[in-house]
Amino acid sequence: MNVSLFITCLADAVYPSSVGRSTVELLERLGCNVSFPKKQTCCGQPAFNSGFHKEAQTVARHMITTFEEEEWVVTPSGSCATMIHEYPKLFPEDDVWREKAEKLAAKTYELTQFIVDVLEIEDVGATFHGSVTYHSSCHMTRLLGVKEAPFRLLKHVSGLTLTELPYKEHCCGFGGTFSVKMMPISEQMVDEKVQHIEETGASCLVGSDLGCLMNIGGRIERTGKPVEVRHIAEILNSREETVS
Amino acid sequence: MSIRISNDPFFDRVGKGIENTFMRSAVSGAQDRLEGRKAASTAELGTWEDWRDHAEEIRQHTLDNLDFYLQQFAENAAAQGGHVFFAETKEEANEYIQSVIQRKEAKKVVKAKSMVTEEIGMNEAIRDIGCEVIESDLGEWILQLDDHDPPSHIVVPALHKNKEQIRETFREKRAYDKSSDPQELGRFAREQLRQDFLSADVGITGCNFAVAESGSVSLVTNEGNARMVTALPKTQISVMGMERIVPTWEELDVLVSMLCRSAVGQKLTSYVTGLTPSEAADEHAPEEFHIVIVDNGRSKILGTKYQSALQCIRCAACINVCPVYRHVGGHSYGSIYPGPIGAVLTPLLEGYENNKELPFASSLCAACTDACPVKIPLHELLIEHRKDIVEHEGGSGFGEKLAMQGFAYAASHPKIFQLGGKSAGPVVDKLGSKEGGGPGPMKLWTQIRTLPSQKGDRFRDWFEERERRNRRGNDS
Repeated sequence: MNVSLFITCLADAVYPSSVGRSTVELLERLGCNVSFPKKQTCCGQPAFNSGFHKEAQTVARHMITTFEEEEWVVTPSGSCATMIHEYPKLFPEDDVWREKAEKLAAKTYELTQFIVDVLEIEDVGATFHGSVTYHSSCHMTRLLGVKEAPFRLLKHVSGLTLTELPYKEHCCGFGGTFSVKMMPISEQMVDEKVQHIEETGASCLVGSDLGCLMNIGGRIERTGKPVEVRHIAEILNSREETVS
Repeated sequence: MSIRISNDPFFDRVGKGIENTFMRSAVSGAQDRLEGRKAASTAELGTWEDWRDHAEEIRQHTLDNLDFYLQQFAENAAAQGGHVFFAETKEEANEYIQSVIQRKEAKKVVKAKSMVTEEIGMNEAIRDIGCEVIESDLGEWILQLDDHDPPSHIVVPALHKNKEQIRETFREKRAYDKSSDPQELGRFAREQLRQDFLSADVGITGCNFAVAESGSVSLVTNEGNARMVTALPKTQISVMGMERIVPTWEELDVLVSMLCRSAVGQKLTSYVTGLTPSEAADEHAPEEFHIVIVDNGRSKILGTKYQSALQCIRCAACINVCPVYRHVGGHSYGSIYPGPIGAVLTPLLEGYENNKELPFASSLCAACTDACPVKIPLHELLIEHRKDIVEHEGGSGFGEKLAMQGFAYAASHPKIFQLGGKSAGPVVDKLGSKEGGGPGPMKLWTQIRTLPSQKGDRFRDWFEERERRNRRGNDS
């Protein structure tokens, strides 16, 4: 199966290579040929959610063109996948681009959704020794409608103990530019999230969106809590000998 | 009071909300209780999503044919002796209500809970003509006693107060000397209110739904006070938002079910009252029944991309799941309509000038959209507001226009985008973990959190290097 990776700007330009590397290695291990179109940039969500729709449209056109010829597009982010699914709305009066946008949306999947729904695999053969709790990110859960896939995959990871996060579907307070525009409110939200994570006693927080993880992880680090933060691709790509 | 409850700037209100730890624990506790009850009572139906589809369809159909149903309602109410008045503005509504009160030479009005009367500032208008207004809903009565503290929730107006604070208000204003036990507090309020019910000249209610086919007003309550308001005074006024209508009793049945379950997690509230004007002499019915239908900006929303906001049945399910409301409370919104629906509705009814921040006071987590029993796409409407503010209102005031234009240029020109990513790296590496480190938005980010540090370990480089290696491997 030919999979084209949309890496997302956070995994590309902000985080070290580990999340992207894990995504590629995991998909390859599951039998996919992974390509990486170098022209790709950002999904445009910062502009879209801030009300700059002309700007979002410019970015969307670029991304649609970049991935036009690809068979499947997979991204390690529920939120960025959701944004691509919103593209058709950016072209209400432009049939040609709307149709192209619909085509891209139809073949774009979040990573765990792709593994469970398209590859129909739940046991990826991973081993991760540790107690883990999982934050269900908002866009992935409520807008993309992917609730169960990450749990199904984590359940089969050998050595991993999963403790349910209380209020797991409550927003962590990231919300893109919300995190800075409404910083005082975002701070209260992320503090409550961190408190719930601590209550689980888990030593590792896992999520499928680097936006949320950057927010929660950044707060955890600033406040000196002893919790490690990992993207689900890193967990699913872990093996007995190489805990990446 | 009218729709606006505070003239303080947005971030001052938010700051006050966040500092108020009493209020916040009351709010988060109430959210958890209400949301838990709602989840149980909707799960029990088994087919909640079908119910939502059906309710949405009813609301959309009614709004698409609002002129027809309003006329049908008004004709049916008038044919049975009801006095129907269409008020285009809040001033027109208040003047009409004042004129009824003056004609009756009323000295005291007792009223049931109603958001639209708050919206139009009816109580002040009545006091202005020298008539007393008594709130009879327990929550509203508490707020009225507490020097007209504004409501912070559309179903549970005194949600921000705990029982100790309520006891204190009762003691200070009404010489209450008993405990903060809710039963005892409730009994005291009932005793106090009983006299007002008996001596009031006019009773005023809101209207949950008006039934077009019979010209009736229906009220959904738990305390029974609305029955007293509508049974004892000789003159009765119901005030309704013009969108608050259902075609027949059959649709009323569906929407009342949705309202009760979504608002308080009950199959039905203790009282669901249907009031139809009647000319027949009946000692248990009011002699005069006035119905004031309020537009106050609603008709301007009809036919626009915001029309779905008028589907709202005021259940507060969106408020009960909102993480922003949870931490800042209702008063932070500066409007009698708080939470997600308030952030959508307030700028529509009152304009953007005082409400520009409201559409941005959401992380767009979409919990509201998911919770809404009539499927208003609340988070999408917030984005629509943002779009209108950016395109027509001179921007959000967050100074992001240049940044967003720059972003769009870079994100459609890969080389520049990559260059931007690369050059930001060292800045983040150096300042990302420093409190308040970095320029612009990064400074706001790092005030409370660190940023991940890439230190040159970029995915793109890894992938390219691997491809090169693979090509070399294949060549040899």
